[in-house]
Amino acid sequence: MGGKPRVAFFDFACCEGCQLTVLGLGEPLIELLEHVEVVTWREAMSEKSEEFEVAVVEGSITRDSDVPRLKRIREQASTLIALGSCATLGGPHVSANRLDQSDLLTMVYGDRAREFEAGEVRPLSAEVQVDIPIYGCPINADEFVSVMKHVLLGRPYRVPNQAVCHECKLNQYECVYDRRQICLGPVTRCGCDAICTSRGHRCFGCRGLVDDPNLNAAREVLEEHGYRVEDILSVFELYATWARPEEGLGIVEPRAAVKSRKGSEPWRFRSSI
Amino acid sequence: MEIQVEHITRVEGHGNILASLQDGQIERALFEVVEANRFFEAVVVGRDWEEVCHIAPRICGICALSHSCVSLRATEAALGIEVSEQTKLLRRLIMDAEVMSSHALHAYFLAAPDFLGLPSVMPLIRDDPEVVRRAFRIKKAGYELGEVVVARHTHPVGSVPGGFTQAPSVTALEKMRGRLVDLREDAAATVELYRKLKVPQFERPTTYVSLRRPDYYALYDGEIASSSGDSVAGDRYEDALREYVVSHSTAKHAQWRGETYMVGALARVNNNWRQLRPEAQEAMGALGLNPACHNPFMNTVAQVVELVHCLEDSIALIDEIGERGLSEEEVEIEPRAGRGVGVVEAPRGLLIHDYWYDEQGRCTKAKCVIPTGQNLANLDADMQGYLAEITDRSEDEIRLRLEMLVRAYDPCISCSAH
Ligand code: SF4
Ligand code: SF4
Ligand code: SF4
Repeated sequence: MGGKPRVAFFDFACCEGCQLTVLGLGEPLIELLEHVEVVTWREAMSEKSEEFEVAVVEGSITRDSDVPRLKRIREQASTLIALGSCATLGGPHVSANRLDQSDLLTMVYGDRAREFEAGEVRPLSAEVQVDIPIYGCPINADEFVSVMKHVLLGRPYRVPNQAVCHECKLNQYECVYDRRQICLGPVTRCGCDAICTSRGHRCFGCRGLVDDPNLNAAREVLEEHGYRVEDILSVFELYATWARPEEGLGIVEPRAAVKSRKGSEPWRFRSSI
Repeated sequence: MEIQVEHITRVEGHGNILASLQDGQIERALFEVVEANRFFEAVVVGRDWEEVCHIAPRICGICALSHSCVSLRATEAALGIEVSEQTKLLRRLIMDAEVMSSHALHAYFLAAPDFLGLPSVMPLIRDDPEVVRRAFRIKKAGYELGEVVVARHTHPVGSVPGGFTQAPSVTALEKMRGRLVDLREDAAATVELYRKLKVPQFERPTTYVSLRRPDYYALYDGEIASSSGDSVAGDRYEDALREYVVSHSTAKHAQWRGETYMVGALARVNNNWRQLRPEAQEAMGALGLNPACHNPFMNTVAQVVELVHCLEDSIALIDEIGERGLSEEEVEIEPRAGRGVGVVEAPRGLLIHDYWYDEQGRCTKAKCVIPTGQNLANLDADMQGYLAEITDRSEDEIRLRLEMLVRAYDPCISCSAH
């Protein structure tokens, strides 16, 4: 095996869908395995090793008791890749932070709540330094392959930082706003090839906000439909209760301002073929 | 003798095996679930009825399509939405897709290495690459079938209450059909592989619970039935099924009428083998799976049988859809207050979502009953029963065998703690 870089996969609180997206790669994964040595991947193998250069870490941190394990991984790895929205943003469950932790525990465990542990949901970057974030719930498999190639070649990886609208327009998909629905594409980081709007669904913002939304949002798409960037930021809370750049790190109450659809007409969709 | 397996490998999620023997007597034997709870039941509260279906699949990366379908069925029941025959057929198709990819993952990557005396399939990439390629092919075909219908297997796109924002193209389905027909060879090779593997012998009769339908093998809908002959309608699940908290698991355990029970492939095959496609019934014979089978290790074998079934079923469904053609649908939904229960068979067994909505269609309460949670008490009971039969083996052998027992259940632990 010799000089191949050693890669280890780890997971914290998540659905493991991003790892499975990697496993679902098939042939490209077999190819990748020719260039790296996977030394730890609990979900897929029983071999274990503490010696690795690249750590691919999936999942969010939700309990203080998980932090030491993450810190050990960080100490060992020369490159730490955060895999997916759980690891980079806290994930779809980050909005559990709206509620008090003891209420959450009572909700699930009733009068035995005290026997269990809960904590603030946070991305890996809240505890350790992340070298490369791969956004998405789940990740885009091609982006994973591309990141691994950059790491193998020792080249810096540039995280996509345009709005989903950009990819959506390139593909010439019908704009969801034309159907009077709210789409988070104008403020969401691209890289998914607008997979949701490709099927006539709206973007839920799973890849998180573009950096500096006031600069990078697809302002023109919003203005065309009578919205401002701030309006859309206020509905961007499913994947972003942890980090909202304009307000600094912290937990924000979801704001329902623009969320409710205009008027009280029934929700309508036409399934196209 | 103390056996401790921390974070057992080749299962989804985090769990530990704890067993101790004192002079050949079992002091304890249990499976500890240490997975962090993500509180999905709280996350969906306050969400609009059309957002819940975006969140629910994210409970589980393996069985996202089941969580999607069950969530839609619960919301549709609460809001009084009827879906078309076309929508039902397409949903049944993606349920088949998920069973195929999930069972291929388990049968090849998670379970098989134990039988081959390997720590994982990684060594096979060098020594027997065709087996690994085949595993990837089956898994990928399941993924692609999911992609044709809902753009992504994990997590589906455009599958919403009332139907699909966009129906797949018949041409794409026809093309997929060809891929599935080619896959028959791989399915047969999987049966052949498992026919040669020696499954540990251990019998402990228990109650098997699954959905049931008279007309077809129930994955997407049906009533909840047990091997004892009793049944309840999906929305009356609480009449028979009770969840409870135990201190060694962040996931709740469950009982069916006061007893432990098993859900999943073995339960379904035991209860519903008559509705399996003929090719799958043949595979059942070839693999020596004779219902009622009381050996939990045979769960993986039952998965191989279902792999064959779902492959044949998906081909038949595509044919049916092709004959009917796909049409555009206008769906209009008016939110209303109400409670709705959805029940489906996820690859690992009976899956229930139970939602409450207010007049604006905002979710006020949610409950999810996960297959792996339902199996945990039965797994503990099996572990005690099986350990009692193998106390004379070496420590390493006992450890491996207990790990194999846990893997046979194919637990989906993050899902169970959700
Ligand atoms: S980012 Fe999404 S798909 Fe990935 S692990 Fe988290 S919940 Fe699952
Ligand atoms: S708003 Fe949404 S649908 Fe419209 S262009 Fe942007 S991403 Fe596409
Ligand atoms: S369109 Fe939006 S929600 Fe869909 S994958 Fe892309 S970023 Fe995520």
